[in-house]
Amino acid sequence: MFREIAQGLALTLRTMLRKPITVQWPEEQKPVTPRHRGRHILHRYDNGLEKCIGCELCAAACPVGCIYVGPAENPKDHPISPGERYAERYEINLMRCIFCGYCAEACPTEAITLGPRFELADFRRERTVVTKAELLEAWPHFEEGKGPGAPRGAGADQRGRELLDPGVSPRVAWDVAQAARGEGPATAGAHGIASHPPTVAEPAPRGQPEGAKATHRGGEPPRTGGSVSAAEPTAGGHHSPRQGRGRA
Amino acid sequence: MLAAWYEYSIGPDWWWVILVKGVIVILFLITAGAYLTLAERKVAARIQLRFGPNRVGPLGLLQPLADAVKLLFKEDAAPGGRDKLLYVVAPALAGAAAMFAFAAIPISAVNCIGGPSIGEAQLTCPSGYALHWGIAHINVGLLFILAVTSLGVYSIFLGGWSANSKYSLLGGLRSSAQLISYEMAVAFALIGPVILAGSLDLEQVVSNQQHLWYVFLQPLAFLLYFAGALAETNRAPFDLPEAEQELVGGYHTEYGSMRFAFYFLGEYINMVIVASIATSLFLGGWLSPFPTSWIFFGYIPGVIWYLLKVALLIFVMMWVRWTIPRLRYDRLMSLGWKVLLPLGLVNIMVTGTLVALRAV
Repeated sequence: MFREIAQGLALTLRTMLRKPITVQWPEEQKPVTPRHRGRHILHRYDNGLEKCIGCELCAAACPVGCIYVGPAENPKDHPISPGERYAERYEINLMRCIFCGYCAEACPTEAITLGPRFELADFRRERTVVTKAELLEAWPHFEEGKGPGAPRGAGADQRGRELLDPGVSPRVAWDVAQAARGEGPATAGAHGIASHPPTVAEPAPRGQPEGAKATHRGGEPPRTGGSVSAAEPTAGGHHSPRQGRGRA
Repeated sequence: MLAAWYEYSIGPDWWWVILVKGVIVILFLITAGAYLTLAERKVAARIQLRFGPNRVGPLGLLQPLADAVKLLFKEDAAPGGRDKLLYVVAPALAGAAAMFAFAAIPISAVNCIGGPSIGEAQLTCPSGYALHWGIAHINVGLLFILAVTSLGVYSIFLGGWSANSKYSLLGGLRSSAQLISYEMAVAFALIGPVILAGSLDLEQVVSNQQHLWYVFLQPLAFLLYFAGALAETNRAPFDLPEAEQELVGGYHTEYGSMRFAFYFLGEYINMVIVASIATSLFLGGWLSPFPTSWIFFGYIPGVIWYLLKVALLIFVMMWVRWTIPRLRYDRLMSLGWKVLLPLGLVNIMVTGTLVALRAV
């Protein structure tokens, strides 16, 4: 009996002298597996063109309807994607996303993949809807010479999250969104938020005059030329992912 | 007459000296109890290859404070069918009984104020004021400590009884059975050094170890006492009274908020007491383990050695807790009655015989 007790005590004492194996998250980050399905990344070609051609196949493949693609005509004079169209808006509701990866499978141009970032919780509901500005790979800052699978830029790691738009409270967001649609009594700027309606706002219907477009999220500056507003309405009308209406 | 009573029952100490010592000791014990919880968690964590609490303050040093604030602000939920008086009294007793015992612990040698100092084993002061480091200098200190620590079982049993819950009651029953059994073994183990020292006065016992600590003369008694002490403080492998897997929390199942904290505090202060007794009786109390004539060992105050020894013993208690699994209850009982108690008796007999033969 005494021998066993002594053995046990020696074992625990030796263990105590070893370095703990705890990873001190968030100061220390453990690398995720190469095929980890974390937050999505929108990729670019090496020349900087966006791979996404705005075909909305990802949105169609999504089993929970969490992807919204707002396609627009690709401007001829300075193309954004190699295709006829590009995604003017690309939003993913991470509250709904189940990280199944069907969007990446459906994508004909491998524009969207699921990246390694997993710290997706937030204090604000609006910030869980990630916009194209957050999803798109940085350019021209990504590292050359890495394989196509090497994640880089937006979503490639856990950093940069704190630099994002802090968003606004849901109540204010609702008011501002209503005001942007011209429905509610509140006017934009009533809550001290003069810039833009937040990303939860429903996009204005296609084919509206230029003036309505100006109230969109100010992340991307308005494209030159009239080609943006000349986009044709898509065949089935575009569905809203966030209200979960019937999918195509 | 009052002066005569004071002289007779309290001794030549000035009353305000006793008061100051008491306040210091109580504050020290509460702080120690709080920080022992942190130490316990750190030791447990390192044994399990973790870091332990390290988020509150540097190295997690403010964790006890955060815990205390949290417990203070928690709702004081209590079961409906409780015994209203005993439910309140029991946790207070847990803290108080543990602190009582510390009154007779000699922390350091007597300091002579206004008289000559004669080394680290000084006990009397022929001229000048004798400052005893223990709160009360009782010449039957060990007896007092054994009597007072036995009060601790009341807090546990009353807590288990008054909450009107079957888990609490089972925990309380277990702990009273366990404490009564092991109190005996502990007392027998302590008689060995008392025979050697020829005194129940703990200061006397410590100063008699000046040349050789009693742990070397009484190794069996030390082991018996240590095992019994683990059982008396309800610590693993003898933590049957609160066995989480069987009894939820044992006697403190129905306690929450600061009342629970008092039980916890009492448990950890009890560890300090038990380690202090072992230090005084076996490890030479405040005496330096190295010759005081060596370089600077003569300048280290006895309190430091005393605290170091207590800390070492408490660490061993924690180490044992996170190594050895809990005993089954019948084995706990048979260990107490069939192993520790007979061995204690044998130890007393052998020690007594040897001391008597030497005296002849």
